[in-house]
Amino acid sequence: MSFISYLINGISLGSVYAIIALGYTMVYGIAKMLNFAHGDVIMIGAYVVMTAIAGAGMPPLLAVLLAVIFCTVLGVVIESVAYRPLLNAASSLAVLITAIGVSYLLQNVALLIFGANTKSFSSVVPVPALALAGGALTISGETIVTIASCIVIMIGLTLFIKKSKAGQAMLAVSEDKGAAQLMGINVNGTIALTFAIGSALAAVAGVLLCSAYPSLTPYTGAMPGIKAFVAAVFGGIGSIPGALIGGILLGVIEIFGKAYISSQMADAIVFGVLIIVLIVKPTGILGKNIQEKV
Amino acid sequence: MAMLEIKDIEVYYGMIQAIKGISFEVNEGEVIALIGANGAGKTTILHTITGLLSPKKGSVIFEGKDITKVPAHKIVSLGMAHVPEGRRVFAELTVYENLRMGAYTRKDKDEIAGTLEMVYKRFPRLKERKNQLAGTLSGGEQQMLAMGRALMSHPKIIVMDEPSMGLSPILVNEIFDIIQEVSAGGTTVLLVEQNAKKALSIADRAYVLETGKIVLDGDAKELMNDDSIKKAYLGE
Repeated sequence: MSFISYLINGISLGSVYAIIALGYTMVYGIAKMLNFAHGDVIMIGAYVVMTAIAGAGMPPLLAVLLAVIFCTVLGVVIESVAYRPLLNAASSLAVLITAIGVSYLLQNVALLIFGANTKSFSSVVPVPALALAGGALTISGETIVTIASCIVIMIGLTLFIKKSKAGQAMLAVSEDKGAAQLMGINVNGTIALTFAIGSALAAVAGVLLCSAYPSLTPYTGAMPGIKAFVAAVFGGIGSIPGALIGGILLGVIEIFGKAYISSQMADAIVFGVLIIVLIVKPTGILGKNIQEKV
Repeated sequence: MAMLEIKDIEVYYGMIQAIKGISFEVNEGEVIALIGANGAGKTTILHTITGLLSPKKGSVIFEGKDITKVPAHKIVSLGMAHVPEGRRVFAELTVYENLRMGAYTRKDKDEIAGTLEMVYKRFPRLKERKNQLAGTLSGGEQQMLAMGRALMSHPKIIVMDEPSMGLSPILVNEIFDIIQEVSAGGTTVLLVEQNAKKALSIADRAYVLETGKIVLDGDAKELMNDDSIKKAYLGE
C-alpha cells in the first residue's frame, strides 16, 4: 500500500513540476529563450496569496485569482522590460544572463519586503482528504486538487493551442517568426501572450506547491524552478505533452528515490536520470529531431 | 499613379550596403520581374517592401501611402502578400491550417471559405492533402502551399521570391503557369527570379539587378533579345 501512496505523491509533485515546466517549454518554443526567472514567479505568486489572506483577509479563492493576475502582469512586464530589447541581440547569452539577473532581483525584492524568515503558508485547498481501502491509503485534498488542476490545465492549453486563433499564431511564431509576420501575426504580442500564460500558470503552481509543502521563503521557487526546467528538457523542450510526461516522471522518480533509496540522494538521482536520458536521446523523450527539407 | 513605388532605397546589413539606391515601380495588373544573380539584392528588396527589413534611406509607397515604416505584420492587411524564398510553410501545421494562417487578418468567415474554395480549385493537390502536415509535402507541393497561403489573404499584389528554386523543370513550368493564372485573375505580381528566362517569358516588364543596383530595365520581351542579357543570364 505504501507503494501506491508514494506513487500518488510522486504524481502530485510531478503535476506541480509539469505546470511549471509548461511555462519554460512554451517560452522556449516561442521566444527561443530560457526564462530562468520563471521559478521565482512561483514564489511571488505564493507571497501574494499569503499576504492577501493573512494581511487583507481575502477569501482563499479570491486571493488565488489575485495572484494569477499579479503574476500575469509581472510576466508581461519582465518580458517587455528585460527580455524584448535583447531578443535581437547578437548573442542569445545576453538574454540568458538577464534572466538569471531577473531571478536574483525577484528573490531580493521578496527578501526586502518579507524578510528571510520562513513563513508558514496555510493551505488554500478546501477539499477534504480521501480515505481509501478502509483507511490504509489516504489521499490528501491538496493531492487531489493538484492532480486535477494539472489535468484541467493540460486539456485547456491543448485545446487553446489547437483550436484558437491565438494558439495557432503561437505555433506559427514558434516555427518561423518571419513567415508568421508575413501572415499578419504580431510576433511581439504573441511572445507577450506566452509569458502571460506561463506566469499565470506559475502562480497556480506556487499556490499548489505551498499548499502541499506549507513553508515559504524568498528561495522557495528556485529549486522547483530548476527541477521543472529539468522536466521540460527531460520531456523534450518546446513540447507541451513533453512537459507533462517529464514533470510526472521527475516527480515520481524523486519521491521513489526519497522513499526507497535515500532522501538525501533524491535530487542527485533526479539529475542522474536526466543525464542518462540526454545521453540516450539528446532531444528529450518527445523532442523532435530537427530536420530541414531542401 | 503606380500601385507600388520604390523610391531610391538604400539597405544595409550592419556596415555592408546591400542595396545602393534603387527605384522602380509596379503598375496595377502588371507582372514585374526582378532578375539578377545570387547576391544581387533581390530578396533584400522584397524584404524591405514587406517590412521585414527597413531601409536606411528612401521610401516604399503602396497605393499612395508611405509604408516604409509599417511593421511587417501590418502589411498583409493592406493588400500585399509575400511568398518568401524557400517557401517557409509551417511544417508542423496541416495544409489546411497553413491556408488558414494566410487568412489570419481576415474576419469574414464566408469570404474566407470562398477564397479557400478558390485556392483548392487552383491547387487540387492541396485539397487532396489538406489534413497532411505541410512538412511531409514535396518541394513543389510546398511551393503551391506557400502561394495558396499568400492568396488566402486575397491580396491586390503578390510578391514572390524565387518560386522556381529547387524544382524540377516540369514543376517550374507548372508554377509559372499558375503565376500567369493568378495574374490573369487580376492580382498584380512582383516576381524575383534567378531563372531569368522563365521570368522574362511571363513578365510585362523587368529590372535587372547587379550588386545592389539596377543596371537595366525595360519591356520583358525586349530584354530577352538584349545581347548582354542573353550572355549573362540566359546562357546563350
